[in-house]
Amino acid sequence: MSKAPARLGLTLGPVLFNWPVGRWVDFYARIADEAPVDRVCLGEVVCSKRQPFRDEVILDTVDRLERGGKEVVYSTLALPTTKREVRAIKEMIEAGYLIEANDIATVQLLNGRHHVIGPFLNIYNEATLALHLKLGATRVCLPPELPLESIRLIAAGNDAVEVLAFGRAPLALSARCYHARAHGVAKDACQFVCERDADGLDVLTLDGKPFLAVNGTQTLGYVVTAITREIADLREAGVVSLRLSPQSCDMVKVATIFRDLADGHTTQEEATEALSVIALPGPLSDGYLRGLPGANLLDEVD
Amino acid sequence: MMARSPSSIPELVCPAGTPAGLRTAVDAGAHSVYCGFRDETNARNFPGLNFDRAEMREGIAYAHERGVKVLVAVNTFMRAGAVDLWKRGVDDAVAAGADALILADVALVAYARETYPKQRLHLSVQAAAATPEAIAFYRDRFGIARVVLPRVLTVEEIARLTATAAPCETEVFVFGGLCVMAEGRCMLSSYATGKSPNMTGVCSPPSHVEYREENGALVASVGGFTVERFARGEPAGYPTLCKGRFQVNAAALHLFEDPVSLNAVELLPRLADIGVAAFKIEGRQRGRAYVSTVVRAFRRAVDAIATSGRIDVTELRALTEGQAETTGSYKKAWR
Repeated sequence: MSKAPARLGLTLGPVLFNWPVGRWVDFYARIADEAPVDRVCLGEVVCSKRQPFRDEVILDTVDRLERGGKEVVYSTLALPTTKREVRAIKEMIEAGYLIEANDIATVQLLNGRHHVIGPFLNIYNEATLALHLKLGATRVCLPPELPLESIRLIAAGNDAVEVLAFGRAPLALSARCYHARAHGVAKDACQFVCERDADGLDVLTLDGKPFLAVNGTQTLGYVVTAITREIADLREAGVVSLRLSPQSCDMVKVATIFRDLADGHTTQEEATEALSVIALPGPLSDGYLRGLPGANLLDEVD
Repeated sequence: MMARSPSSIPELVCPAGTPAGLRTAVDAGAHSVYCGFRDETNARNFPGLNFDRAEMREGIAYAHERGVKVLVAVNTFMRAGAVDLWKRGVDDAVAAGADALILADVALVAYARETYPKQRLHLSVQAAAATPEAIAFYRDRFGIARVVLPRVLTVEEIARLTATAAPCETEVFVFGGLCVMAEGRCMLSSYATGKSPNMTGVCSPPSHVEYREENGALVASVGGFTVERFARGEPAGYPTLCKGRFQVNAAALHLFEDPVSLNAVELLPRLADIGVAAFKIEGRQRGRAYVSTVVRAFRRAVDAIATSGRIDVTELRALTEGQAETTGSYKKAWR
C-alpha cells in the first residue's frame, strides 16, 4: 500500500500591493487570529520605496503572527538593483528571519543558510530544483506558468514544492513603474499613486476586454488563480503546500475554503462555489495549471 | 579621450539567425556572432530560424577561418522531464567548437561547468543578473566569464556592475528590439497564448497573432487580446504584447512601452569607458540586408572609438530613421 499523502500546508504569500500601513497591520492581525494558514510571508516584494512604512510596524506584526501560531517568513525584493536595496536584504538576513528569496542575489547573500524561495526564481525543472535544495532551499514556490505535467516531474520525492493556488498570478517585473506612467508622473515623484489600487490597476484592451493588472513595476494577470479542482492531483504529484496570494477580499474566508477543501471537508464544487461568491477582482482561472493560456477561466478550453 | 589599446576595444556581438545570416554578419565585420540550435533550447525558437548540427559546425568553421568567434545560445529554461535535450545542446555546441556558450538555466550552467571545465560560459540576459551579488553567484560558483546585462539598468548601474563583476566581463545590448520587462522573468506571452520565452523560446508568437479589419482600421490581436489598432495607411508593426496600446482608467496609452527600438549609439563611448567588454546587437530574426547595414555601421563606430574616442552618430541614427527609438533604461528618466 502506498503511504498516505501528508497534510497539505497553506502559505499566505506576501501582500504584493501597496496597502496603506494601517490596512496592512489590520490585515495581518486578523490573519494571526483567524486564518487557518501554517505560514505567513510578509515583506515588500515589488518596490523598495514602499518599504520604510512597513519597517516601522514589522516587528509588532511578526510578533502578533507568531503568537497566532504562524511560521513567519520575510519575503525579499524580486528585482533589487541598487546598493541600498541589496543592503536592506542583507540586514533582514542578518536579523535572523527565515527568508524567502525572490532573486538570485538573495540566494547568494544567504550563502547556504536555510531559506525558502518565492515564485520569482526560474525553477522550471527537477535539476534546477535539486540545485536550489543543495544551496539551502527547503521550500520552493514554483513559477505560476508551469503546467501540472511539469509540476509532477519537479515535485516528485522532495517534499519541497509549493504551488500558487489563489490570487492574481505575478507575470512580470520591470525597472519602469506603470502606475506612475499611467498617471503621467515620474517614478521618482510617484506620490505613491499605486496605493489607490488594492488589487492592482486593471488594464483593458482597446475594445474593453479585461487583460492584465499593474502594481507599480509589477504586472499581474487580471484573472484570479483558483486551484480548486486539481487539489487531489497536486497532492498526488508531491506538492506539499498551497500558496494563497492576498487580494483585497476576505482572505480569512479564502484560507478557510482551501483548508476545508484540502482536508476533504468540502468538495471541489463547493469550494469553487464558495470562492465565486466572494468579491474578487476578476474571474476564477486555472488555465496555467492545465497547460493553457494563463488567462483561461475554469471552464474555458483553448 | 585617449586612443584605446586593442584589448579595451569592445567586442561587437552580432546576430546570426541562419547560416546565411552568420556569413553576412561575419563578412560585415562582426567580432563575434551568436546563434542557436533549431529547437526549443534557444530564446528565438521561430520557424525558419536557427541551425541544425551540421550547419552549426560549418558556420563555426566559416567564422573561425575569418577570425570571428561564435557564441552558441542554449538559453531557455530546461523543460521538466526533458533536460537531456538542453544538455545535448551544450554537448553539441562544445563539440562543434563554440567559443562560448550563452546559458540561462542555473542547472544547465552547472552541467556545462562540470562536464567541460575549460569551456567559456556566458550568462544569458534571460538569467537577468542585475546586481553584483547575482553576478557573483554565477561567477564564483560556476566560473561565468561574461554576463549579458538585463535591459533594466541605468548607465550608472552598469558602471558599478562592470567594476564589481571583474574578472567576469559585462555585455550590453546597444541596438534592436527592446524588452521592457526584466528578461527571463516575463510571462505576459504565456498568459495570452500559452507559449512563453521561458517555456518555449517565443514571445507573442506569430501562430497566435490575428489581424482583422474593423471600421477601416487594422486590428491586431495576440491570443484573442487586442494589442493595437492601426489606422488605414499607418505602418503596422509586429504586435508584441508589451508594445501594445491598452486602456487604463478609461484612457488609451502604450502603457508598458511605446513601439520603439533600442538605439544606444550616443552612449557607446561612455559604455566603452566604463569597461563594458561587448556590445550586443539584437535581431536574429532580421533579414540579411538589415544585419549587414547595422553590423557595418556599428563596426565603424567601435573602430572609431578605438582610434579617436569619437563616433559619428549620424550614420547610426539613420539606421532607425522614420522609426521611434530610445536609449531605454540606460537613462534614468525612462523609468
